[in-house]
Amino acid sequence: MSEAELKHIAEDYKWGFADDVEPELKLKGLSEDVVRAISETKGEPEWLLEFRLKALETYFQKPWPTWGPDLSELRRQMDDFYYYVKPPVEGERRSWDEVPDEIRRTYEKLGIPEAEQKVLAGVGAQYDSEMVYHSIKEELEKKGVIFKSIEDGIKEHEELFRRYFAKVVPPSDNKFAALNSALFSGGSFVYVPPGVEVEVPLQAYFRVNTEGFGQFERTLIIIDQGAKAHYIEGCTAPIYTTEALHTGVIEIVVLEGAESRYTTIQNWPVNMYNLVTQRALVHENAYHMWLDGNLGSKVTMKYPSSVLKGRGARSEILSIAFAGDGQHLDTGGKLIFAAPDTSGSIVSKSISKGEGRSSYRGLIKVPQRAERAKVNVECDALLINEASKTDTYPYMEIASESASVGHEATVSRLADDQIFYLTTRGIPEDEAAALIVRGFIEPVAKELPLEFAVELNRLIELEMEGSVG
Amino acid sequence: MKQTLEIHDLWVNVEGIPILKGVNLTVPRGEVHALMGPNGAGKSTLGKVIAGDPGYEVLRGQILLDGEDIVELEPDERARKGLFLAFQYPVEVPGVTIANFLRLALQARRGEEVALGEFYGKLQRAIETLEWDEAYVTRYLNEGFSGGEKKRNEILQLMVLEPAYAILDETDSGLDIDALKVVAKGVNTMRGPNFGALVITHYQRLLNYIVPDVVHVMMDGRIVKTGGSELALELEERGYDWLKEEVGA
Repeated sequence: MSEAELKHIAEDYKWGFADDVEPELKLKGLSEDVVRAISETKGEPEWLLEFRLKALETYFQKPWPTWGPDLSELRRQMDDFYYYVKPPVEGERRSWDEVPDEIRRTYEKLGIPEAEQKVLAGVGAQYDSEMVYHSIKEELEKKGVIFKSIEDGIKEHEELFRRYFAKVVPPSDNKFAALNSALFSGGSFVYVPPGVEVEVPLQAYFRVNTEGFGQFERTLIIIDQGAKAHYIEGCTAPIYTTEALHTGVIEIVVLEGAESRYTTIQNWPVNMYNLVTQRALVHENAYHMWLDGNLGSKVTMKYPSSVLKGRGARSEILSIAFAGDGQHLDTGGKLIFAAPDTSGSIVSKSISKGEGRSSYRGLIKVPQRAERAKVNVECDALLINEASKTDTYPYMEIASESASVGHEATVSRLADDQIFYLTTRGIPEDEAAALIVRGFIEPVAKELPLEFAVELNRLIELEMEGSVG
Repeated sequence: MKQTLEIHDLWVNVEGIPILKGVNLTVPRGEVHALMGPNGAGKSTLGKVIAGDPGYEVLRGQILLDGEDIVELEPDERARKGLFLAFQYPVEVPGVTIANFLRLALQARRGEEVALGEFYGKLQRAIETLEWDEAYVTRYLNEGFSGGEKKRNEILQLMVLEPAYAILDETDSGLDIDALKVVAKGVNTMRGPNFGALVITHYQRLLNYIVPDVVHVMMDGRIVKTGGSELALELEERGYDWLKEEVGA
C-alpha cells in the first residue's frame, strides 16, 4: 500500500493511532524456540508446552489454503512477524488505575471503561499479546461466574480448562487453528455455572499496537446447563504500511438447555489479515447465536460454526460484512446438524463498496441421523459501485430425507430509483445511500447491542460519504 | 417574493429523444391545477423533471420556484426549498421504517432536529385523516405494500412534510373509489394560501374529489389548452381526439 493510499484510508479510520509503549519482550519469527519461550514466560505446565509444539508441527505440515482470498503477501511475511509481544504490565489488572497511563488512555479513547460502567457485566482488555485488564462485576463472581484471561484460566482452573480446551477446535482443524494452538496468548476463559443468567454482556477488547505483529488470542467459553450469557469482542489497531496478522481461536461449549450469544465487531485496519476459527458445540435443547460483524481488515477468512450435537439444539448465525477498497472479506458460516430435531439458520448481509470484495462461504451438513432438521440460509449482497465485487459459495450436504431446507440468495445494486425517491424528500444523497445500506443490514443489525448499532451506523455514514453520484 | 411554481419554455430529452418541447405553466400557491392529457404526452416526465430526476436531460428552459431557478439543483435541495413529488410508482426501501425515514426527511427539510413529540403529533393527525392504521408507520418503506397502500403512503408523506408545492403523479391510478376519496381528503386538507399543487391525471375521476382551480391539457410535450374545471368534464365526455384536431397536434 502506498503512503498516499494509506493516508486516505487513515483519515476515515478513527482508531489508527499508535502508542509509544516499549514492550518488555518481543519474539520474532516462527520457530520451536519462540514457542518454548512463550510457554516459559507464561510458566505453563508441561502438557501445554507439548500441545503447543505438536500444534506447530501440524501448522508446518498443513498446506496453505488453495481457495478463498489471496494470502501470498502474508505467506511471504510469515518469518518476519513478531509472534509474541509482551506489554510492560505484570499480570492482568483488576483496576484501570493500575494499568499504565498510555495504555489506559488508549482504552479510554476506545470508550471501554465507560461502557464497562454503563452496560457491561465484565471487561477484558488485551494489548498486543497479553490481557492487561480483566474484571467482572462482584455479584456475578459471587454466583461462580468465571471471567479471566486464558492464562489465569489455565492456572486457576486447570481441570475444567483441560476438559474442554481444544476439544471443539483441535489444532488439526485447519492451518491457522494449528498456528494459534502453537502461539496462543491472551483471550478469555469464561465459565457460567448451571442456571446462572448473565443478563448484560461480557466484553473483550483486542488492541494491537506493535508494527509487524501477529495476535493469537484464544478464548474458551463454557455455558453450563440452563445458564445464559452474551460475550462481545471488539478489535482495532494502528494502521501501518506493513502487514499484520490476527489469528484467533474461539471455542464455545453450550451445555444442555443453555443459551449463549457471541458478538464480534471486527474493525481492524486494512493492513490486517484476520484469519479466525470460531466454533460452538451446542448440546441438547441449547441455543447459540453468532453475530459476526466484519468491517475492517485487508483479508478476513472467518466462518463461525455451530455443531448441533444434542436433540433439539438450535443455532443462528447472523453475519454482516462491509468491504471497501483494498478489502476482501470472505465470511459466512457453518452449521453441522448432528442430532434429530435440530434447527439452524444463517443470515448473511454483505456490502461491497469501491473496489471491495465480499464473499459468502457457507457449509450446511445434514447427515441421515439429523431427522426433522430445519435449515434456512439467506445470503444477500449489496454492491455500491460498478467496481464492487461479490461472490457466493453455498455448500450443502443433505442426507436426511425428513429435513426441511430453505436457501435464498440475492445480489442487488444500490438502486438509482431508491436514491432518487429518498432525495426528493429532502434527504441528501450520501445520507440516502447510508439509509439504504442501513435498511439492507437492518434484519441483522437490530440484534446488535445499542452501542454497537450506533457505532455501525456511524461507520456506514462515514463509508457512504461521497460514495455515490 | 413571487409565490409561484413557474415552468418556462422547458425542453427535455430522454435518451436523445425530445419529450418536453417548450412547456409553459404557472401554479401559484393557493391553487390546485390539474394536468391532463393522453398517454405519452409527457405529463409524468414533467413531474420527474421538476423534482430533479437525474435520468432526464434539460436542454433549455427554467423551473422557477418562488422566482428562483432550480434547474441546476439536486433533488434534495429542491425538496428542501419546498417541492414534493408524489410518485406514480413509489419505490420500496427495505429495512427503513416509514416513521424513521419521515422524521429524517422532516429534519432535513427544516435543517434542525424535530422533537419526537411534535413529529408523532403530525404523523398521528395525517394517519387519522387518511383513515390508516398506525401500525403502517413501523413497517418498511413501501415494502410489500399494495398499490393503494403505496399511494396512501405518498399522501402521508405529503401531509407530514407540508411542502409549498406538490406534484401528484397519477396518484389515482390503481385506487378503488374508497381509497381515492381518502387520498383526495388528504390533499384537500393541505389546500390553503400557502400550498400549490399540480395534479397529474389521465382521468377526470380524481378531479371530482380534488376540484381543480385550473386544468391544463398536455399533448406531445406542450401545454395545448388551459381552462377551468369544466374542461376536465369536457375531456371526460369527448376524449382527446377533438382537441388534437383543434390544436393540430
